[in-house]
Amino acid sequence: MLVWGGDAAGGAPFVEADPANPSRVRGFDVEVAERIARGLGRRSARFVQVQWSSIDQSVERGDFEIGLSGVEDTPTRRARHAVTLPYFEFREVLAVRPADRDRIRSLADLRGRRVATLGATIAYDMLLAARDSTGLLPVSYDDDVHPYTDLMSGRVDAVLLDHIIAQRALRRLGGTAFVILAHEVATGHYVGVLARADSVLRDSVDAVLREAMRDGSLEQILRRWNVWDESQGVLFERVLRGGVATQPAGPPVAERVIAYLPSLARAAGVTLAVSVLSMALAVIVGLALASARVYGAAWLRVVAAIYVEVVRGTPLLLQLFVIYYGLSGVVRLPAFLAAVLALGLNYAAYEAEIYRGALQAVARAQLEAARTLGFSEMQILRLIRGPQALRYALAPMTNDFVALLKDSALVSVITVVELTKQTAIFATNVGSWVIPGLLCAIAYLAMSLPLARLARRLERHWGGGVHPA
Amino acid sequence: MSKLLTIDRLGVRFGARDVLRGLSLEVSRGEIVALMGPSGVGKSTALRAVAALQPFDEGRIVIDGFALEPGAVPPESRLVPLRRRVGLVFQAHALFEHLSVRHNVTLALRHVLGRSGAEADATATQLLETLDVAPRADAWPRQLSGGEAQRVAIARALAPNPALLLMDEPTAALDPARRGILGTTLRRLCEEQRGLLIATHDGEFARAHADRVFILTP
Repeated sequence: MLVWGGDAAGGAPFVEADPANPSRVRGFDVEVAERIARGLGRRSARFVQVQWSSIDQSVERGDFEIGLSGVEDTPTRRARHAVTLPYFEFREVLAVRPADRDRIRSLADLRGRRVATLGATIAYDMLLAARDSTGLLPVSYDDDVHPYTDLMSGRVDAVLLDHIIAQRALRRLGGTAFVILAHEVATGHYVGVLARADSVLRDSVDAVLREAMRDGSLEQILRRWNVWDESQGVLFERVLRGGVATQPAGPPVAERVIAYLPSLARAAGVTLAVSVLSMALAVIVGLALASARVYGAAWLRVVAAIYVEVVRGTPLLLQLFVIYYGLSGVVRLPAFLAAVLALGLNYAAYEAEIYRGALQAVARAQLEAARTLGFSEMQILRLIRGPQALRYALAPMTNDFVALLKDSALVSVITVVELTKQTAIFATNVGSWVIPGLLCAIAYLAMSLPLARLARRLERHWGGGVHPA
Repeated sequence: MSKLLTIDRLGVRFGARDVLRGLSLEVSRGEIVALMGPSGVGKSTALRAVAALQPFDEGRIVIDGFALEPGAVPPESRLVPLRRRVGLVFQAHALFEHLSVRHNVTLALRHVLGRSGAEADATATQLLETLDVAPRADAWPRQLSGGEAQRVAIARALAPNPALLLMDEPTAALDPARRGILGTTLRRLCEEQRGLLIATHDGEFARAHADRVFILTP
C-alpha cells in the first residue's frame, strides 16, 4: 500500500471529497497517486489529509510517503526534500474585474493596487518581488476561493494564481464574474514531494512517472479531469528526453534569514498594532458591559449577560469569518479593521467578566460607608469602587492582553499578515521551522514580557496589598 | 432640649420574621444613648434604618425634622438633608482600602462638601489629633491596629460634622483600658450639640458612659 498525503480542501480537480462517497477522494492527483502505487507494485493507495501548506513538514515527519496536491516545484523544496519529476505544467495567470481588462495587462500595471494569492506559493514570492520592483500590495490568503470573491467585491484588484484554480473559480462564479488575462505571468510545475532520505523511492516514482508519460496513462488521467493541453505534451517530451530544467537552487539559508528580518519586524508591528487596538476596544466595551451587569436595569443586565455568553461560547475563528466575510454584503470592512473589531469584541466579553468580578469584590460595607457620607452613586464608582476594582482587575487584564497578543495570530485567516503568518511564510520559504520559529518566539516574548513586568510594577506602586474584606 | 432623633414604633421584617417590633426611643443633643441587647436582636438593623441603608415596615423615624417613612429607601438625591445630619461608624470600620488615613477623612469634605484641599487637610489633622491618631495620618488602613482603625472611622464619620453619630459595637475590638478612653472621647464628641446613638452588647460600657440605656429583648 502506498500512503500519500494531500489537501482535500484544495478541491477539484486536484483532490476533493467524492460527492458520491464523501469518505473517498477523487481528482487527478488522486489518480496520479493510484498510478504511482500500481507502478510501484503496491496493491492500493491510502490518502492522508494534510493542510496544503504543511505537506513538506508532514512528509518529512513520516506521516505519508509522498505528497501530491498541486505541490509546486521550487528551489527550496528541491534543496530540502526529495522531489519527483514534474508531471504537470501550470501557468500563473492574472485575474481582474471585467472593467479593468483593458487597463491591466501585467504586474507592472498594478502599482499601488492590492493583488491576492495563496500564501506560501511561487505566486506569493512573485508578488513579494513585484512589491519591491513595481510597488503593488500583495495580499495572502489561506484558501483559493476568497481571493476571487474578494476580487469581485473590490477588496483586491487582481488575483495571481495557477490557471487551473483561476478557471475553476471562474466556472463557479458564473463565467463573467472576472476575466483571466491570456498572457501568463510565469509557468511552473507540479511535482510529488518525498522525505529527503527517501531518494531511492523517489527514483522509483520517477521511473513510474516516465512510464506513465510513455504509455499515455498520465495523459488519460489529465484528459479525464479536463486539464490536458498542448503544453503538457511538450513537458512530457522534455521529461522523456531527459532535458527538463529544474529550478536552480536559491541563495543560502543565512542570507534568506537576513533578507526576511525586515518583513518579520513589520509583521511584529502588525501584531502589536492589532493587539493594542483590540485591547483598547475590549476595555471600553468590557467596561460598558460590566457597568450594565452591575448597575443596569433588569433587561440591560440580561442583554449584557447574553452578549457575554454568546461571545465566550463561540469560536473566535467563527466570529472573524462572520465579521469579515459574513457581513461583507452589508458593510465591506477592511481586513485590519475587521481583525481589530473581531478580537476587540471577543475579548470585551472576557474583560466584562473581570470588571464585574472586580467591582463586586469591593467590600459592600465600604460602599455603604460612602453612602452615609453623602457620595452620589457616580462618585462612589469614580472615587471608591472603581479605583479598588481596577487593582483587582490589573493582573487578569495583563494575562488577557498576553493571550490576545497570541490569539491575534488568528487574524491571518482574513488576510492580515501578522507575526505568525509571516513566520509560516518564512518557514516555507527556507524550508525549516527552526530559525523562523525561534525568531518568532523571541518577538512574541519581547512584546509580552515587558507587559508582565509593567503590571507587577503598577501593582507594587498602588500598595499591592489590597485585600477583599 | 429639642429632640435630635425620634424613633417611633419602628418595625422591620425580614420575610416572615420580625427583626424589630415597636422600638421607640429618642436622642437629644448632647446626649449619649445606648441601645443594648444580645446579638441578633436587631440593634444594627435599627441603626441601619436610621442611616437610610435599610427599609423598614412600620413606624416612623425623624432626624432633626427630616422624616423617614416605611417602605423602600428613598433615592440618594432625596436623602441629602439626612446624609448631612447623620454619621455612621461601622463595626468593621469599612475604611477605604485604597486611600491613606488622611484621605479617608478628607474625601467627603472635598467631594461632597466641596471644601478646598487645604481646608479639608486642616479639618482632618484636627480630627485625627482629637482622636489621638494624628501620627498615623499617612498610613494605609491595612497597617492600622483595630483600635486605630476604629478611631479613623470615627474621624471619617465626624468630618462632615453630623449632628447625630451612630456607632455599631464600638467596643468590640478594644481591651478594657481602651474602652475607658473611648468613653471619654465619646463624651467630648457630645459637647457642641451632638447626639450619639450606640448599639452595643457591652453592658458595663453602656452603664459607665451612656446617659440613657434602651434594652432590646428578643
